[in-house]
Amino acid sequence: MTTIDTFSDGRKLRRATSGTPRTLTEDRPQEKSKDWAQASQNPPKGAADGVQAKGGKPSGLRTISRAAWLPYLVPVALVIVWQTLSSLGVISDRIMPAPVAVVAAFWERLLSGELVRDIAVSGARALSGLLIGGSIGFLLGIANGVSKLSEQLTDTTLQMLRTIPHLAMIPLVILWFGIGEEAKLFLTSLGVLFPIYLNTYHGVKNVDRDLVEMGRIYGMSSWSLFRKVIFPGALPSIFVGLRYALGIMWLTLIVSESIAANSGIGYMANTAREFMMTDVVVLALVIYAVLGKLADVVARALERWALSWNAAYQV
Amino acid sequence: MSSYLLPSAMVWDAFELQERAYFPDGTEVRPSAEPPVLPKAPAGLRLRGVEKAFGDNRVLRGIDLDVPAGQFVAIVGKSGCGKSTLLRLLVGLDEPTGGEIDFIDDGGDRVAPDARIVFQEPRLLPWFSVADNVAVGLGDGVPKAYARREAELVLEEVQLSEKAKEWPAKLSGGQRQRVALARALVSRPGLLALDEPLGALDALTRISMQQLLTRVWRELGFTAVLVTHDVTEAVHLADRVIVLDEGEIKLDLAVPQAHPRRHGDPELALLEGQLLAAILGES
Ligand SMILES: Nc1ncnc2c1ncn2[C@@H]1O[C@H](COP(=O)(O)OP(=O)(O)OP(=O)(O)O)[C@@H](O)[C@H]1O
Ligand SMILES: [Mg+2]
Repeated sequence: MTTIDTFSDGRKLRRATSGTPRTLTEDRPQEKSKDWAQASQNPPKGAADGVQAKGGKPSGLRTISRAAWLPYLVPVALVIVWQTLSSLGVISDRIMPAPVAVVAAFWERLLSGELVRDIAVSGARALSGLLIGGSIGFLLGIANGVSKLSEQLTDTTLQMLRTIPHLAMIPLVILWFGIGEEAKLFLTSLGVLFPIYLNTYHGVKNVDRDLVEMGRIYGMSSWSLFRKVIFPGALPSIFVGLRYALGIMWLTLIVSESIAANSGIGYMANTAREFMMTDVVVLALVIYAVLGKLADVVARALERWALSWNAAYQV
Repeated sequence: MSSYLLPSAMVWDAFELQERAYFPDGTEVRPSAEPPVLPKAPAGLRLRGVEKAFGDNRVLRGIDLDVPAGQFVAIVGKSGCGKSTLLRLLVGLDEPTGGEIDFIDDGGDRVAPDARIVFQEPRLLPWFSVADNVAVGLGDGVPKAYARREAELVLEEVQLSEKAKEWPAKLSGGQRQRVALARALVSRPGLLALDEPLGALDALTRISMQQLLTRVWRELGFTAVLVTHDVTEAVHLADRVIVLDEGEIKLDLAVPQAHPRRHGDPELALLEGQLLAAILGES
């Protein structure tokens, strides 16, 4: 209990004084040195543990298939090397913080609640951008795939607009919307619109003509034809678009949050940069990576579930 | 197209009335009464001077044909002679450029068109289970419980009850074609058109499918129009074989032998010879 108390006290103190750079610079070296002391003891021990575990329990490792742990070998090794170099002072703290420092920064911000708030804000921005841009792209894709008139009316325009890198519009967007939420929402929506449009359109265009004719033979209404034949037929392609759009969504968000924001992970990273808190900057990168991966995992799971009829997804 | 909805819609109307009478609040209680097995009469055909041209290409050049209700007709002919074109006209997938196509009852009176078609490819929806694919044949807006029961019944007919919940991807080619047949038959059409339905199957599967087709036709009593490139298949299944040549009927041959017909029956072999001669143009 006491250790937690002192920990939380220290955190409170830091948070209270974090507005003034002077106290921060006083505060941080102390903390750093603590980390250093811990770090110089810990990594070799941790590494040795790892080796012992491998050597000591061969039977346990054999039961876990090699395919399960092999992909993690390189990242884990990299982190160990990184930590070792940091502990030995080869990598300067100002250039790259030690992994342990990043973990500490994570823990600290998690306890203070800042992290959850920032992630929630960024996540909400990302999702609303995806929802708006994705819906527009999806509806346009369906409309242009189904209706010749709609296709002739809008496809060429969309294909032209798509060639403009949407981030190139940032100056214009700032002029239009200022630096508020609208700007970020607009850029994210614009970014995800095109991959979803293109893949939905393609998916609808490539639905098996014979199946559409079959639906017609059995007297399906337009809505029924869409629901039972066209949409499921286009779904694999739509998922490709979605996963592509997720990547663009995070990218756009990172850029627009770095330019102008007063909350969110990009803001957290940018403020940390001003105060030279490299551990928080790296923490922001890690969080982006984790969120990106998480979004992809969710999309994949959704895909697997929705396309379970497809032989490629059957176990 | 809407006319093709008519029969199944009528079936459903009857059923709905019945259900409402028992369950006015429409709760999830299922009606205890069996779904209505409507007396569906086979529909015959009357073709008069039917023509079809694609631009300058006159594919069908005046077809006159009477098919009594309940008959099994086979159509054979060289590739490109217009067999598929004729079948698509019969089921209303295309409009003739000339002539008249009427559906008739036993007495020769005109009735509403009531046809289904099975193609060489089963054209199943891969994202629907077998039972749901069959239910597609009932048309839109049919309640689940009713559709499920009807699908079960007809899947039993084609001996696929145990596959009702499978994805089509997990079936063999012959099984998929049986699902397609079940889907075509679930609404009890008066006429079933089949365009080389067994063309993609291996010889053994084809023979058992022929037996199945004969049995189903005799049990359900629809009119059947089968397009095939296999003369042996034609004489084994059909009451009557028509040879189509350059858009005209070249030969109209009755096959009087009783069912079941043996493979290697000399009388059938004789008919086969006659048909082949007509198709290949040796008179
Ligand atoms: N949609 C179409 N547009 C233009 N021409 C067509 C069309 N459908 C068929 N044809 C032409 O009509 C002719 C007959 O075609 P059809 O498919 O009826 O032949 P078939 O007797 O079924 O041949 P097969 O035994 O090879 O299936 C062919 O010359 C074909 O090119
Ligand atoms: Mg054909």
